[in-house]
Amino acid sequence: MTRFLDIHGINASYGDAQALRDVSINVNEGEIVALIGPNGAGKTTLMRVIAGLHPPLSGTVKLGDTALHPLAAYQIVEEGVILVPEGRRLFGGLSVLDNLELGAYAPRARKSRFTMLKHVFELFPMLAERQHQHANTLSGGQQQMLAIGRALMGLPKLLMLDEPSLGLAPLIVENIFEIVKRMNDEGVTIFLVEQNARRALELANRAYILEQGRIAGKGTGKELLHNNDVREAYLGYAPATG
Amino acid sequence: MSIESFAQTLVFGLFVGSIYGIAAMGLALVFGVLKMLNIAHGELLMLGGYATFWAFRTFGMDPFVSLAISIPLLFAVGLILDRTIYHRIVRLLGEEKIKNSLLVSFGLTLVIQNLAIWLFTADERTVQVSYAGVGFNLLGVALPYTRLLSLVIALTATLALSYFLHRTYPGKAILGTAEDFEAAELAGINIHRVYMLTFALGASLASIAGTLVTVIYGISPSIGIIWTLKALIVIVLAGTGSILGAFPAGILLGVVEAVSGAFIGPTYREVIGLVIFVLVLILRPQGLFTRK
Amino acid sequence: MERTIVFQKVTVTSFCQSDCHPAYKEFNLLLQLERVTKSFNGLMAVNYVSMTVDKGEILGLIGPNGAGKTTLFNLITGVYPPNKGKILFEGKDITVMARHQRCWLGIARTFQLARPFPQLSVLDNVTIGRVYGYDSTRNRAQAESDALQILEQVGLATRAEEKAQNLTLVDRKRLELARALAARPKLLLLDELLTGLNPSEVLASMKLIQSVREMGITVIVVEHLVKAVFGIADRIFVLNAGDLIAEGSPKVIAHDQNVIDAYLGKSFHD
Repeated sequence: MTRFLDIHGINASYGDAQALRDVSINVNEGEIVALIGPNGAGKTTLMRVIAGLHPPLSGTVKLGDTALHPLAAYQIVEEGVILVPEGRRLFGGLSVLDNLELGAYAPRARKSRFTMLKHVFELFPMLAERQHQHANTLSGGQQQMLAIGRALMGLPKLLMLDEPSLGLAPLIVENIFEIVKRMNDEGVTIFLVEQNARRALELANRAYILEQGRIAGKGTGKELLHNNDVREAYLGYAPATG
Repeated sequence: MSIESFAQTLVFGLFVGSIYGIAAMGLALVFGVLKMLNIAHGELLMLGGYATFWAFRTFGMDPFVSLAISIPLLFAVGLILDRTIYHRIVRLLGEEKIKNSLLVSFGLTLVIQNLAIWLFTADERTVQVSYAGVGFNLLGVALPYTRLLSLVIALTATLALSYFLHRTYPGKAILGTAEDFEAAELAGINIHRVYMLTFALGASLASIAGTLVTVIYGISPSIGIIWTLKALIVIVLAGTGSILGAFPAGILLGVVEAVSGAFIGPTYREVIGLVIFVLVLILRPQGLFTRK
Repeated sequence: MERTIVFQKVTVTSFCQSDCHPAYKEFNLLLQLERVTKSFNGLMAVNYVSMTVDKGEILGLIGPNGAGKTTLFNLITGVYPPNKGKILFEGKDITVMARHQRCWLGIARTFQLARPFPQLSVLDNVTIGRVYGYDSTRNRAQAESDALQILEQVGLATRAEEKAQNLTLVDRKRLELARALAARPKLLLLDELLTGLNPSEVLASMKLIQSVREMGITVIVVEHLVKAVFGIADRIFVLNAGDLIAEGSPKVIAHDQNVIDAYLGKSFHD
């Protein structure tokens, strides 16, 4: 498997604080890799750095041989790295159809946008039913589907998802994870940040644990499901000080 | 007051309001997308008006025909201004952005004003077309041709903008960027191009307003700030989130001004605008045409 | 029994009459929440939560993102009133009491986004807190010397004359703590004091929090950094999606299956 996404030595700030410390991660082509860790660990910051929304203090981000940093966010999309951000960030005042179409705005994806639209409507039939509705009239689960659909329209080589299950009912979460698996089967590499650590580990080939801005552990999904590293990271019991 | 007088007042309010509307829409577009208040908007309007005046004086060109020159001209001016000056400010954040945008655009008004004085002198200029003062008479209400044509142009421009924004790909990209520029970037939209296009569009709309103002009122280098202020009142009325809502808001202001001018007295016409401005800010600060 | 706090021309009268629980007379039970509920637009943020805080405790409030910790925090400090339930402080019903009145009663809090007065010195920032607090003093010299003492306690004495805007992140958090302490509170609520600090700074801050308790102040700590809370709290309350799902000592909580499930998420087969 080729080294696809290669993140090395990333340091990043968030306001005054240092949010990421010397983070190195790699994602191989065709894999599903998960990034888990307690809240405030810096997971979203890392996603934003990769996507080009947030400049790192130091370190490199490469896709194959192409350096993604310091490209602008829309240029990174053109390279095939597409982020489904936390909280969906849809164009609420525009229709479902418009949202999807805009997902193919980048030059590489533009030509195939009508075929991709058909494909997305097959994956998400309930989006086809509601294509002329305003995006902000959809339910949480439907909005998440739309956000994923919009990302797919950009023909991603690497699809990144930041907490896709946030605020959604368990059945809908299952639906979404099924779709993620299906896309991976179709050849899309997946890099996933998830609140639900267990579910993410069941889905992923490999995972990294981020704790207080540092990589605190890594391994295959199975390994991490059964050892104590994850529990340590989230709830580790440290002896009392003083 | 007779029915005819009242109807006349309403109609004139409509005419004036349509110019308010088109003048405001350019400012609303720039503010809504670039999240930046361009104080020099009235100066761009003035430049458009002067282009019309120059075409009339040099070639005897009908002002409404000269739109074919002034619109592309101001579009180009808008592109240049964004590329050289405004693109640096758009990417700033928070307080820095506000301070810098106000300072820079104010500085630009001084530059453009003085440019106009140098080119055309400070005198007020008018454009007297052959059909000025002539018009229809419908049920006792006078409808001058110049005013009617203005209204048609303003309406057409508004409809064209609406079509562009809601039904074309780049237009939807502009609307998306206005809602959430990071989400737009994540969708692969080159937001720097969007900003440039939007600014140029705003300048074009300003130039249309400038032409109409020149025909109906006349032009001088000092009208810039007056129209910026008028446009600002209108976009507050409409609500800063609403771009196309600026047009009906402009008409509303025009009609209210005309009616109160007729009943209270012409000297109070300007005051009414400011009173409404304050009232809307107090009672419904999100504006009349935005939801929530 | 009437206690009157006089501040300038405003008089706040606190009373503890017939609805006083005997335990309150000794004020061992400092804070009590009775079935407190808060919802926003139909979304239940805090769901019938009851808890007690004893004097001199360090209490930890943890839970995954969106669990309702901040909402509960805001209910205690008076940012908004609950929809249902009661909040009692030293026997007094403070459920609908305004924020500044709660401060006068002895409840203080820190803010995650600390906003000191940037142009003023560190010392001045804390001195102001001494002049307007629960146990305030109008004597400027007294206030300043008290402030200096507080700065010593939090480890900022050497930076007393520096402008607040020039401080590093960890010192800014210390200043925030000092400001809260300046109000001489009985109950101090710390809002994510440890966020953004590196591990050694976290350890230092943990020691600081323990020293605050040694001053006789009861502390409630809201934190994402669960490990750190385990290190300093006497008792821990765990919220998840608005519900109180567990309470107990750190050791008990660390092994509570409900807590583990809440943080790690449910597996596909649940």
